[in-house]
Amino acid sequence: MTISVAMTVNGKSVSGKVEARTLLVQFLREHLGMTGTHVGCDTSQCGACVVHVDGQSVKSCTILAVQAEGAKVLTIEGLAESADKLHPMQEAFRENHALQCGFCTPGMVMSAIDMVKRHNYQLDEATVRRELEGNLCRCTGYHNIVKAILAAAPAMKSAGV
Amino acid sequence: MYDFAYHRPKSVADAIGLLKSKPEARAMSGGMTLIPTLKQRLARPSDVVDLGGVKELAGIKVEGNNVVVGGMTRHADVASSAEVKAAIPALAYLAGHIGDPQVRNRGTMGGSVANNDPAADYPGAVLALNATVSTNTRKIAADDFFKGLFETALGEGELITGISFPKAEKAAYVKFPNPASRYAMVGVFVAKTASGVRVAVTGAGATVFRVKAMEEALAKNFSSAAIKDIKIPADGLNSDIHGSAEYRAHLVGVMARRAVDAANK
Repeated sequence: MTISVAMTVNGKSVSGKVEARTLLVQFLREHLGMTGTHVGCDTSQCGACVVHVDGQSVKSCTILAVQAEGAKVLTIEGLAESADKLHPMQEAFRENHALQCGFCTPGMVMSAIDMVKRHNYQLDEATVRRELEGNLCRCTGYHNIVKAILAAAPAMKSAGV
Repeated sequence: MYDFAYHRPKSVADAIGLLKSKPEARAMSGGMTLIPTLKQRLARPSDVVDLGGVKELAGIKVEGNNVVVGGMTRHADVASSAEVKAAIPALAYLAGHIGDPQVRNRGTMGGSVANNDPAADYPGAVLALNATVSTNTRKIAADDFFKGLFETALGEGELITGISFPKAEKAAYVKFPNPASRYAMVGVFVAKTASGVRVAVTGAGATVFRVKAMEEALAKNFSSAAIKDIKIPADGLNSDIHGSAEYRAHLVGVMARRAVDAANK
């Protein structure tokens, strides 16, 4: 079954024709060519595919593209203000060496931003670790990821994002 | 995933109409179980009826001594609800410990209860709190709702519209999550409500079940000491790569004692 789908991705209106079974992550990567959102496990465990749909973090491998009809989708490509001004969370990941191979990073960053906002910019280490349970890093780099998120929370608050 | 016809009705009536007119149709709430099931080709529905557009099914309200949660209410909304936290904090706690934050942003109470996964968390709360499941046609008591492995009293073309939980005097949920999947290896929900004490166990058997011996002991003395000598038979309990039936039987006792202690705090 082919369906027309339209949504806003990173502030731009996009549309396309998809099969009912097309996943949101497939629509982003294969139809729109936005490959920043990764597919890791494809079983909703690893979190590499996390994007925001209407402001909330979701695993885009476990939502159909048609379920995002009319939604506002934010992906890793939509975070940085410009080519040389990163989002405070991206900057904190860079400063704290919060990545090794980088495969999980787009999902980590998207989950982290949602986490900081839900906790009103106030987080402690235990909360960050618990909130990261839906994101896997196979380089075992959690320590610096936690440091980065704790550093980004006040930076996001003062930047007003 | 095989392809299917997709529908997004706006009302319960339209959803029921679609489900009745297409014999191989499946309803989808949050899709957190259905989409992985479709990906693995464990199901091949002709039609998927997405309940995401049925606004009347979502929401939380307090009606007298009960908290009524709409079928399409997401776990994240139950976990953060001021009403639920005030009336039945154990239910908010349970919702906040299902899966992970991204799953809680999509998964719904009605979907979880209708699916009746043996390791799901919500069935424990429904049974222990003696909740009532409302559908488009009737009201079903918790004791009559859960029938077996992925099996419930729901009939064809019947949808959960809401679940009504009586407020609890004391209640707590403690689970031993599988470290990889986050599903409950064993979870025990203990509740003391106007209708008495109930102990419901999820994850251990084919479906959620009550432990009457513990309920009787706790009715006389609501303390973990009162149930410390009660042994759960391993017969018929789940046995898989994550743990044997004997291991799960042991965990039921441990989780139940922790839940009683938590309820008394």
